[in-house]
Amino acid sequence: MTAALINVPKKAKSGDVIEIKTLMSHVMETGYRRTTSGGVVPRDIITSFTCRFNGEEIFRADLFPATAANPFISFFTVATKSGKFDFEWIGDNGFSESASASITVE
Amino acid sequence: MAAAIRTVVGGATVQTGKVKLDIPPLVENGNSVPMTVSVASPMTANDYVKSIHVFNEKNPQPNLGNFYLGPRAGRAQVSTRVRLADSQKITAIAHFSDGSFWSVTAEVVVTLAACTEEVI
Amino acid sequence: MKVSGTIVLASVLASLLLAVGIILRPLLATEIPSAERRSGYTFMGPETRAMQDDDTSNPGMLGVLDGEALWNRKAGSAEKSCADCHDDARHSMKGVAARYPAYDKTLGRPVNLEQRINLCRARHQNAAPLPYEKHDLLALTTFVAEQSRGMAITPDTSAELDPFVAKGRDFFMHRQGQLNLACTNCHDDNWDKHLAGSAVTQAIPNGYPIYRLEWQSLGSLQRRLRNCITGMRAQNFDLGAPELVELELYLMSRAHGMPIETPAVRP
Repeated sequence: MTAALINVPKKAKSGDVIEIKTLMSHVMETGYRRTTSGGVVPRDIITSFTCRFNGEEIFRADLFPATAANPFISFFTVATKSGKFDFEWIGDNGFSESASASITVE
Repeated sequence: MAAAIRTVVGGATVQTGKVKLDIPPLVENGNSVPMTVSVASPMTANDYVKSIHVFNEKNPQPNLGNFYLGPRAGRAQVSTRVRLADSQKITAIAHFSDGSFWSVTAEVVVTLAACTEEVI
Repeated sequence: MKVSGTIVLASVLASLLLAVGIILRPLLATEIPSAERRSGYTFMGPETRAMQDDDTSNPGMLGVLDGEALWNRKAGSAEKSCADCHDDARHSMKGVAARYPAYDKTLGRPVNLEQRINLCRARHQNAAPLPYEKHDLLALTTFVAEQSRGMAITPDTSAELDPFVAKGRDFFMHRQGQLNLACTNCHDDNWDKHLAGSAVTQAIPNGYPIYRLEWQSLGSLQRRLRNCITGMRAQNFDLGAPELVELELYLMSRAHGMPIETPAVRP
């Protein structure tokens, strides 16, 4: 099952400010919905998203039930050297997904 | 919402300005509202945005998201999609490296979809 | 003699007119003129359109990727994947969604894309049908339909489909339900107006399966149609019902020429 769609430029010049877009497949069940019989549908959300570049954290986000399903997060970073971006999503019920993308920086 | 904001800023004064909130004034569907927060900042090692916190008035919970940046971000701008339960005010607060807090507030109108659906 | 002659003449004229009507499928008085046809995309705000435009921010694309994985996965007791017969979907499935629903000779009636996939599974893979509106069938259908993205809807015009298109058109045109509404009342006569803050639109199903913000997931045209019928407070049909396929068939023939946008994003 595909978990994530990542958009990272493959190449950049040193000093460029690049945009990284991520889209993760997840229902983000708020915990506020009710079933037809009246019971609460339990919360099941991604709570945290982290992006590291060559192991160093460059961006982090706290997510809440207010984050829409299939969370889309885009942010910026300065391209300094070639390397690997590691993305990690952590959430309720032991949810843990990761993805990575490489970049060549001239 | 005020209590949630206090958890983040403590007793500090929050000034208005420097932060821009791009969110449609009339949302097409409250289930997924695209939102972009951008903060005017040179984003250098000495002068940068540490974090951005977004709050709302009328959802069951006051938080829409917390985003942690740093000088390596290059641009203090994040985009995501949020759920809005009702027409309400959204407030975005940026925490700068010098300890100051700046904010912006926007009003959003949320309507419900026109036709209902049976549970599948 | 004169009276019966007149009657004969009248009935000959009537059957001529009827024949001409069926063959030519004339533009009905309330049908939207081609120059005014607009995709649902044009009724959306800029932010929602941006969501559809960017493949890395369109949640429907997650379904396309899942569908691609399913395309290559072996299924059924025949242990065959779609790819085993159909190879690269980029070639073999190009244009398929643009001409569905299509006529199935064995069943003697039209089938939509979801049903065609299940028929393939039954006939060639010896696999159980995938349940309607569940993730796997939606993903696979979206993947197949995405191969026609950008192509114009070109409905199957074989004569065998005519009676089914007519039934679909009848459903679209006649008033029904507690609100005594016909689909045409809104979607042909009032598409440029709003219903409680939402644009009415022309009911052109060129992006299905869509990622609907209201559903926060992918969904088929039949789900949307059942949605509408519930909204009209009329008697609904089960997923896969022939009446819904006939309606799909009519709607796609009414939308001929419009570009496929699957996976579209819609509010």
